Amino acid sequence: MGNYISSTKSQSREMLEEIGLSSMNELYGQVPGHLLLHNNLDIPEGRAEMEVYDMLKKTADKNHIFPVIFRGAGAYRHYIPAIVDTVVSKETFLTAYTPYQAEISQGILQSIFEYQTMICELTGMSASNASVYDGATAAAEAVAMCRERKRTKALISAAAHPDVIETIRTYCWSAGTGMELIPVKDGKTDLSALKNMLDETTACVYIGSPNYFGMLEEVEEAGALIHEKGAKYIMGVNPIAASILKTPRECGADIAVGEGQPLGMHLGFGGPYLGFMAATKAMTRKLPGRIVGETFDSRGNRAYVLTLQAREQHIRREKASSNICSNQALCAMTAAVYMAVMGPEGMQEAAYQCMSKAHYLADELEKAGFSLKYTGEFFHEFVTESPVDVKMLMEHLEQNGILGGLPVENGILWCTTEMNRKEDMDRLIHLIREVANNGTTI
Amino acid sequence: MELLFEKSVTGRKSHILPECDVALVKPSVQFQRVQELNLPELSENDVSRHYSALERRTYGVNNGFYPLGSCTMKYNPRINEVTASMPGFTEIHPLQPDHTVQGCLEVLSSAEKYLCEITGMDAMTFQPAAGAHGELTGIMLFKKYHEANGDTRRTKIIVPDSAHGTNPATAVMAGMTVVNIKSGEDGCVDLAKLRAAAGDDTAGLMLTNPNTLGIFEKDILEITKIVHEAGGLVYYDGANLNAIMGVVRPGDMGFDCVHLNLHKTFSTPHGGGGPGSGAVGCKSFLAKYLPKPHIVTEGATLKQVYDCPDSIGKVKSFYGNFLVVLRALTYIHTLGREGIAEGAAHAVLNANYLMKKLSTCYHVVNKGICMHEFVLTMEKEAKESHVTAMDIAKALLDKGIHPPTVYFPLIIPEALMIEPTETEGKEMLDQAAEIFISIYQEAMKDPERIHQKPETTVIGRPDEVNAARNPILRG
Repeated sequence: MGNYISSTKSQSREMLEEIGLSSMNELYGQVPGHLLLHNNLDIPEGRAEMEVYDMLKKTADKNHIFPVIFRGAGAYRHYIPAIVDTVVSKETFLTAYTPYQAEISQGILQSIFEYQTMICELTGMSASNASVYDGATAAAEAVAMCRERKRTKALISAAAHPDVIETIRTYCWSAGTGMELIPVKDGKTDLSALKNMLDETTACVYIGSPNYFGMLEEVEEAGALIHEKGAKYIMGVNPIAASILKTPRECGADIAVGEGQPLGMHLGFGGPYLGFMAATKAMTRKLPGRIVGETFDSRGNRAYVLTLQAREQHIRREKASSNICSNQALCAMTAAVYMAVMGPEGMQEAAYQCMSKAHYLADELEKAGFSLKYTGEFFHEFVTESPVDVKMLMEHLEQNGILGGLPVENGILWCTTEMNRKEDMDRLIHLIREVANNGTTI
Repeated sequence: MELLFEKSVTGRKSHILPECDVALVKPSVQFQRVQELNLPELSENDVSRHYSALERRTYGVNNGFYPLGSCTMKYNPRINEVTASMPGFTEIHPLQPDHTVQGCLEVLSSAEKYLCEITGMDAMTFQPAAGAHGELTGIMLFKKYHEANGDTRRTKIIVPDSAHGTNPATAVMAGMTVVNIKSGEDGCVDLAKLRAAAGDDTAGLMLTNPNTLGIFEKDILEITKIVHEAGGLVYYDGANLNAIMGVVRPGDMGFDCVHLNLHKTFSTPHGGGGPGSGAVGCKSFLAKYLPKPHIVTEGATLKQVYDCPDSIGKVKSFYGNFLVVLRALTYIHTLGREGIAEGAAHAVLNANYLMKKLSTCYHVVNKGICMHEFVLTMEKEAKESHVTAMDIAKALLDKGIHPPTVYFPLIIPEALMIEPTETEGKEMLDQAAEIFISIYQEAMKDPERIHQKPETTVIGRPDEVNAARNPILRG
């Protein structure tokens, strides 16, 4: 029914005539005849726009939107300032391609250049690329940057996000890079174990801080150990936390990566999100993907272009540093608009609120009998044990419009952001007590 | 124009968050940031005007003709944006329990069903975020398959020299070595060379069909047979599927695995370079190796299954670029069975019509009917008059047309690769043909003048050599 073809039937006939054909079928003369489908695909008939809208609205209604969320674990519900969606919905930003033609793409190029600058400021690193697919692929690409002829093994903290670990594992298996997990002790990367695992074949070490359990890692000590053995240090960071925590540069990291979703992107059932990557000056030319640089034009104006392309697949083919060609340009712009409108003070305010609320909730949960599993400092996530049946608890919360923390091994991983009001947390505690008092203690 | 940072005024800000309603907690000193957080300080009005100015310095499909070869810059229907903005999709946490995300799982499951039908595959994953990511996932499936068969010496991937650069780069990321084979005189796969290259070390062949010259590989059944008989698998690079969607299926041509660029063929917007979606489909014998989780139907409900012992693992967080998949599904619902094939046929018609018009003046590489795209070469003009493919591209900028892909495919010197897509009407093609031809004629009359182009854009030709030699990568 619906399609977006502009030419009318009579125009199409004229065009066919012009090329000397009498029917549309003749366009496919090169295709072996018995392979042609003749419109017998098992797909429903097309629909008018209004029908499609109704249909997908019904599908959307089958999902449950939780008004209150205490679950993070890699995807965080933050407040998205109104201007963010307004800017990134602009038709031209939406429909443009990769900015190969710099003369008519200065808008996209400058927005990426500004994004790169912000990521450098946030991480303290020297250079950022134009972004990659998400936090997990950013970590996997960072590992690939570090491989050297004699250094072929990556050590990954077992306290990293499971999807980060799994994605690195897949990429390493694929490329023939060794990978070992560094054990966890009291919710953090076990540095004495790391010390024993490091050797001359270690290419790099990945540690996320805050880690999957929300804990702040001993990031500087780790950096010193790693560099002592000549390996590269990849640090995973949360961009909101990064606005108040010691920067990867201050911790000695060679590469900083992270999931950029908290910077203005909707939860969207897991994507599109944003992988950010930044490196020291020494590692800049090993960064994968697009990078925008400043130069000047034939008239002496400041201009932005895609640069250092000698690293990339369309020039280098099998010798490229990665096969990646697209970035997540619109998501990078989302992050840049978010940071621009929040400003340094707003970013840090969001971070302090996340952290403060998590500590309020942790205290209240402890009072309700949910003891904290680990002893160190945490940012906006933490793990508790549960004195009540977790499944029953989650169901009770769900009936009351709350998505509880994520059930993890022997406990619950809770998360708060600036979106979690005190009254919601108090209501959560009240509901938890209800479950506990109903005799469901295990 | 000024950078956001240059517009910053100390103390200026927007008021977005309310005051914190619990006691303030800060990290202890050892964890605190030392370096000042130097982000721009702006009002919301500053931000709004800044991005409006950037929008004016950007060119999208909404601005005009965008015949960028191999990129399928078709119109991006706005209903796709509306469905992808429904809170019932945007506000869903990826780790909600299955019974609260039945709508999202239905989207993934329906998209899998329809796209498998269109490609002739049996199963599909949406985890890959882009075409290149899909390629990597597909070649990983091949690797896993050969490993499972104990066939570990199969480490070579055959790639025609007309292929996209991502193909060889992908093979290397998957720990394979690349065997490039030279295309035949007609720009198609040279069967003799393929036979010579295929052997007991062949993991697979990566192929685009129609190829990057816009030619349908007429020997496709023989090509896939040669590789299969050597024990290898055949990978379909879906970049050019728009020519044949709904008309003929990669699965029926003998391909074992495909990736789709949902941001090309299925009309989701390119967003200035992403986010896209590189869905990967495969035949049933490869399905168990797909990334996890997989969605299954259990009675009336959909469920995610993580227990996939043979899976290659994950290639990305969660389930891929879900909202992009949703846009593509919206498009499939709109077009339906007939609309999909009709779109492909009109893409081919438009390409042939424009090719015919341009052939009166330009040297067209294609012989006979092309598919969705065709290639011009400026080899002769470059040699004789120093008018290059790049010159033509830059002159088009002044005329409000986005230039074709230049200098690709690599096997054609001074190439201009043109893909009009089905969503352009006859008037646009007529007008574009006139512009292309007038540029050519002017260039031949006055070759010096064209080197100065573009003249009306916000910047002139940028110095790319300087950008690479003296990299300034931040403000």
